[in-house]
Amino acid sequence: MGYNCVVCVKQVPDTKRITGEAMQEDGTVNRAALPAIFNPEDLNALEEALAIREAHGGTVTAIAMGLPAACEVLREALYRGADRAILITDRRAAASDTLATSYILSCAIGKLQADIVLCGRQAIDGDTAQVGPQLAEKLSIPLITYLEKLDALDGDTITIERNVGNGFEIVRAKLPVLVTVMDTANTPRPPAARRIMKFKKARSCAEIEKMAEGLLMGDYEDYTAELQAGEVEKHCARLEEKGLLIEQWDLDYLEADLSWCGRGGSPTKVHRIQSVVLKGGEYKEYAGDDTGVNELVASLIKDHTIG
Amino acid sequence: MIEVNRQGEVWVFAEAEGGELSDVPLELLSKGRELSDKLGVPLGAVLLGGDKIAPLADTLIAHGADKIYMVCDAKLDHYQTAPYSHVICNLIEARKPQIVMYGATPIGRDLAPTIASAAKCGLTADCTDLQIGDHKPPGDDTVHKNLLFQIRPAFGGNIIATIVNYDRWPQMATVREGVMVMPESDESRTGEVVECEAGLDDIEVPLEIIESVRREKKVNLKGARIIVSGGAGVGGRDNFELIHELARCLGAEVGGSRAAVDLGYVSHDHQVGQTGTTVRPALYIACGISGAVQHRAGMEEAGKIIAINIDPEAPIFQVAHMGIVGDMNVVIPKLIKAIRSGASITQGAAD
Repeated sequence: MGYNCVVCVKQVPDTKRITGEAMQEDGTVNRAALPAIFNPEDLNALEEALAIREAHGGTVTAIAMGLPAACEVLREALYRGADRAILITDRRAAASDTLATSYILSCAIGKLQADIVLCGRQAIDGDTAQVGPQLAEKLSIPLITYLEKLDALDGDTITIERNVGNGFEIVRAKLPVLVTVMDTANTPRPPAARRIMKFKKARSCAEIEKMAEGLLMGDYEDYTAELQAGEVEKHCARLEEKGLLIEQWDLDYLEADLSWCGRGGSPTKVHRIQSVVLKGGEYKEYAGDDTGVNELVASLIKDHTIG
Repeated sequence: MIEVNRQGEVWVFAEAEGGELSDVPLELLSKGRELSDKLGVPLGAVLLGGDKIAPLADTLIAHGADKIYMVCDAKLDHYQTAPYSHVICNLIEARKPQIVMYGATPIGRDLAPTIASAAKCGLTADCTDLQIGDHKPPGDDTVHKNLLFQIRPAFGGNIIATIVNYDRWPQMATVREGVMVMPESDESRTGEVVECEAGLDDIEVPLEIIESVRREKKVNLKGARIIVSGGAGVGGRDNFELIHELARCLGAEVGGSRAAVDLGYVSHDHQVGQTGTTVRPALYIACGISGAVQHRAGMEEAGKIIAINIDPEAPIFQVAHMGIVGDMNVVIPKLIKAIRSGASITQGAAD
């Protein structure tokens, strides 16, 4: 039998590659200068789902919540082998914290009849690791965090080795389940050239609308006369025929209770944001020769730091 | 979710495994004591487990707790998300604490979000500090007094965010290991042990645990007085032996930056920083570490920081107290020589 896997993927700023360009004069980070990437551990979650499909059959659906720009990671998921890509985008979902996000995702996944929901353990922008567990709770399905290895999948039973920090645990549960996947679980496959050729023109309606407005003109070669004439629906229909339409769901389609979405649905509020500025303090430099090194060691011994 | 409740207690989840408390609930009690004193409410600890946990209540009281909510049940012997979250949600619903803190451990990061989702309340992950303060929402004249300021690095450590949660309580946070000070144990403290029903008879435990293996942590970064760390600038796995040698001659623990771990110079157990361990040793020697914010977040509280780096512009020098600009492959052997002879000189003087 095959399994329906749903993988939650997130587009994140690449916080790990903060280069000179992203650093501002005052020592803070210019977030806009950071490239947007596929959250690394979500790639591991996707790989795990693709491996399940290879071994047992079934489908892999990638689902992302965010601005239309998040279609970039959905295309990336298609390049790597996902069967279906869904974008959840809605202005009313903006500023959702992890609780609101997991609620909205649960509404979407509720429509998909998933056997296995896979999330990366955490996203590198917030590092909270909360959406996976909260989503499992909202879906009322068992949660298995920190997947290190899928040991067995047999009928409706899944056996997983999980990394619990100071050791490991092997657990078994009945499907459906939600798992969060560690970066050490596997090596994500690269995008397939054949699939890039096929899906590089996959678009969501929101992107097509933007193209029609000329907003994305420079970025897209498939900006056609048809779109210039404002025929968005026609263009969408043609993409759908070719299997190149990234499905786009909004909160109305999800029948979400708006009081649990967006800023209003988020119990956590930001009180203050401070940029991290390198602190300066007393600093003494020593030469790298014998004299300098001896002087440094002598001062450490003198104040009983060592010795 | 519970209503805002100013008389609510401050709670700490007392993570225990195999009948033993880990360090982090004790660290949380020191912060919890400070917060509950400020709010004028009792400090509670929530202790769940099988039949071996009763003696732990005294340890929790000695470290600052006033009340221990103890729940013993065979289904709680080994940590599992579903029964643990069920029991704690019921306790929260019944006793309405205003603050609940958890360690940001693999267990705490599995349990706390599950509870937050079920209780429909807020949760801030991986806090490095907690304070009490007032908050005025933008565009609103109401000032919410004495809220829990949940302070954490975000965005890869490049910003520090203070989060509040003023309408749907309890206010919950997971707290990074090692950032709060371990309180002194005071055996003369007294407290109350409240035994609570688990109420798990009708609850199905969804996971079957086939095997559970714990390995002793070989690396003890948190407890180390001196740490010698290497980064990408070390330049190779063989060169990293120099870091080990310097550590050996100082009786120090070996640390590494994320880059060093990613390059395979040293295992993840040794990683210092945002995604590794937070340390506050008396002396931290950073060799060939440029000092990305993610790394600094995990070591800048060290008593004394020495940076050795070939690049004089490396950000690590801005948090360092002492520095040598130079090739660590040249400087470290000199350091080792100086420390060895320096120690013998001191010894000679003492005789």
